[in-house]
Amino acid sequence: MDTHLLSIITFMPAFAALVLAVFLRGDDAAAARNAKWLAMITTSATFLISLFVLFDFDPSNTGFQFVEESEWLLGLKYRLGVDGISVLFVMLTTFMMPLVIAASWNVEVRVKEYMIAFLLLETLMLGVFMALDLILFYLFFEAGLIPMFLIIGIWGGANRIYASFKFFLYTFLGSVLMLVAMVAMYTDAGTTCIGACDVSLLKHTFASDSFSLLGVQVIGGMQTLMFIAFFASFAVKMPMWPVHTWLPDAHVQAPTAGSVVLAAILLKMGGYGFLRFSLPMFPVGAEVLTPLVLWMSAIAIVYTSLVALVQDDMKKLIAYSSVAHMGFVTMGIFAANQQGVDGAIFQMISHGFISGALFLCVGVIYDRMHTREIDAYGGLVNRMPAYALIFMLFTMANVGLPGTSGFVGEFLTLMGTFQVNTWVAAVATTGVIFSAAYALWLYRRVVMGDLIKESLRSITDMTTRERWIFAPLVVMTLLLGVYPALVLDIIGPSVSALVENYDLALEAAGAAVQTAEVSN
Amino acid sequence: MISADLNIILPEILLSGFALLGLLVAVYTTKDKVGSLLIWLTSAVFVLLAAWIGFTGEGTRVAFNGMFIEDSFARFAKVTILLSAAAVLLMSEGYMKARGLLRFEYPMLVALSAVGMMMMVSAGDLMALYMGLELQSLALYVVASLRRDSVRSTEAGLKYFVLGALSSGVLLYGASLVYGYAGTTLFSGIIQTAQAGETSLGMLFGIVFLIAGMGFKVSAVPFHMWTPDVYEGSPTPVTAFFATAPKVAAMGLFARVLHDAFGNAVSDWSQIIALLSVLSMFLGAVAAIGQTNIKRLMAFSSIAHMGYALMGLAAGTALGVQAMLVYMAIYVTMNVGTFAFILLMSRDGAPVTDIASLNMYSRTNPGRALAMLVLLFSLAGVPPMLGFFGKLYVLRAAYDAGLAWLAVAGVIASVIGAYYYLRIVFYMYFGSEQTDTLDRSGSSVLSGFLMASALIMVLGIINMFGVEGVAAAAAGALVN
Repeated sequence: MDTHLLSIITFMPAFAALVLAVFLRGDDAAAARNAKWLAMITTSATFLISLFVLFDFDPSNTGFQFVEESEWLLGLKYRLGVDGISVLFVMLTTFMMPLVIAASWNVEVRVKEYMIAFLLLETLMLGVFMALDLILFYLFFEAGLIPMFLIIGIWGGANRIYASFKFFLYTFLGSVLMLVAMVAMYTDAGTTCIGACDVSLLKHTFASDSFSLLGVQVIGGMQTLMFIAFFASFAVKMPMWPVHTWLPDAHVQAPTAGSVVLAAILLKMGGYGFLRFSLPMFPVGAEVLTPLVLWMSAIAIVYTSLVALVQDDMKKLIAYSSVAHMGFVTMGIFAANQQGVDGAIFQMISHGFISGALFLCVGVIYDRMHTREIDAYGGLVNRMPAYALIFMLFTMANVGLPGTSGFVGEFLTLMGTFQVNTWVAAVATTGVIFSAAYALWLYRRVVMGDLIKESLRSITDMTTRERWIFAPLVVMTLLLGVYPALVLDIIGPSVSALVENYDLALEAAGAAVQTAEVSN
Repeated sequence: MISADLNIILPEILLSGFALLGLLVAVYTTKDKVGSLLIWLTSAVFVLLAAWIGFTGEGTRVAFNGMFIEDSFARFAKVTILLSAAAVLLMSEGYMKARGLLRFEYPMLVALSAVGMMMMVSAGDLMALYMGLELQSLALYVVASLRRDSVRSTEAGLKYFVLGALSSGVLLYGASLVYGYAGTTLFSGIIQTAQAGETSLGMLFGIVFLIAGMGFKVSAVPFHMWTPDVYEGSPTPVTAFFATAPKVAAMGLFARVLHDAFGNAVSDWSQIIALLSVLSMFLGAVAAIGQTNIKRLMAFSSIAHMGYALMGLAAGTALGVQAMLVYMAIYVTMNVGTFAFILLMSRDGAPVTDIASLNMYSRTNPGRALAMLVLLFSLAGVPPMLGFFGKLYVLRAAYDAGLAWLAVAGVIASVIGAYYYLRIVFYMYFGSEQTDTLDRSGSSVLSGFLMASALIMVLGIINMFGVEGVAAAAAGALVN
């Protein structure tokens, strides 16, 4: 199909950012209002255009659709396209961005630059999910650090400098190893193309003969090394235990909108990367390290849930709960069966709505009281009934209550994992209980009880604008909770193709791995 | 025959003639008053020569029995050298005039050093190599101490001279060893003798000494000691010049010698270059962290960048040379922009080089701060800026040549290096309000170069303005 729809979607926000940067003069209230409206209109228009992609998308076709391609530097290609795995991430991004802009309506400092940063970020995030060229993917993946670094650093909280540097350097270090692996893949396969090209990385089989490196026997050979390099990047991005420590800092210091983007979209890049690169391209490497990844996920779920229990900062608590939920995602992905991967993608989409909404919930009371301390609140239900209701809904969704989208993802990933590794599934299930503990306890301390704090006496309930921001999120959370087929029907065929290819590749390489293990 | 030879080196002859004529005219007329005019004239001559060399030259031509080689590699390097020298000259005019430094000798010395650099990248013989190198260096020693009444500037000149002379001595010693064992100074003769696996020990020593001498010129670790002091002490426009054209010339010379003279013994020198590369990348990245003076910081940054360019050379393949050329072209463009920014940094007209003075620069000068932001991320090699593609090229060349460990070391050094570039961003964007801000005004020439350089860093990722193909042809001419 010869269409430039994806390019238009991707670069429309960047174009709007350019317009803002070049044509919007002045630093007064009028300029700020224009910047907000332009950003709002652009992100909404992007969402509407992306709906065309969703409606024209054919789920039964497991290949890439809406592909566009042109030559680029260094023998690389500018190639965009979506398949069942990526199309929903594109939708999630375009869906969240107008909400994010609306949630930033009362930003007062450097509004123009703020909107430019978010618009550029949207372009880069969309590019990550659409890129069908290895280096193009890296380009978008890494470039996203720049606007996020500035967002945390300029509009963040008191300790923003530390958080922004930590965020940037941590994720940068993770990704550069991936870059070397990409160069290696390019050299090995002679192409950077993903998908249906004459020579495609997806069809290429990377060497999996074991060899000895610095005296260590590397089972799975090149594939394992490349898998580790990619894993270094995606695990930091996800983030997985034990490289998750940048996330709480970044979340706490980032402005509300920054936290929402971070939790709802940026974290999903890691999971998307596993599905796009690690499983299909290095099946042997993935197989070798699957037990490690599964146990890391299980530890992440239990450990970070326990850590979340003792937090006294609301954002930090939700950040740790994000890490725990991402543990379910990695667990599902590396279970590498239909239920597991389906559940992982579902969990990522649903976590996008839920964690985004939770950070917005924190933002609502932070805007009023300018503190995120849990102890500073209590009894909000007395003055803010609407807020209490919405917060309750998303707390329950976060816990994974049946009927909300949170349940479906967790259940599917647990089911997928149970078939592969019963012990991991058993340990992870306890995480569900812990998550109920920290989420409900948070809710009790902030919302329930009597309103005894003097400072809270004059707090006001949510404004109309705030209610409208939450409305779409409430709808999506409940809708996906009672009718998950909306998502599963779209991703299903692509996921089953992915799983099938993974199993086939393992079978083909199976002999090699076994002989390696025997000789070991 | 001699006329054909002269025809080949016509650009060099014209440029030297121009420099000598300019000196004569200035001495016998108004002296320093023609300084501005000479700067503009010299830049114009540079640009014209670059256009001439770039557009008309084709094929490989050899003059003086192989002492001088004019091929597409030389042309690529010459065009880069001439254009960057022209840019730096234009940038220095306003700065030098305002501080009474604008002597007529300055553009003429730069022109002479440009002749030396053109000679270096075209050298086909150890003698021609040394001649070009010394012509270039002597002119640079003088411009380093251009501010005669400043202790720092004279110190810079003297330090540069003493260490430069030492390195020339080392290089000559290496050259004589090579001559002794090869029986000729012609590269085309040496390459017959220097075969991989059967290089004699004396020849090997010769190669090492030659590399040490040239390593000094590109300021590769451990021959980098002079760089920070000379960068800091010299007048800023001169520093800008040091950071651009001579680096290209020295890297060009490096590639020329290694491939034309020792191209059959790649395995003998590849590991030496790889070691220089990895040391430069790490020292450049680590040592820059503590700097507070932006010129010193740029000195370490250039050391690190030379490390990446050397990574391309260490590959010892055509792909490696192409990567090095592309890297140098991008590096020079970034540095022209960055130094335009540094030249713009002033408070009440007096130049400032303290990084902390950039506090909240984005509030007072949003446009310039944004351009610098782009350049800094490009220097750090963060996509989507062009600087990232430079790194990608050399990484690919290194990996392709089996130097995977070097590629891994390179990317780790780039993460460390990113920290100090981010620190400048931090001052410009995250800092707190302060009262004495830097000047908003500034020459439009400098702003123009700053903006143009930043734009190239962003727009270049579309097709790199065709540099990729030219560099490939250039590398093909050097490595067969």
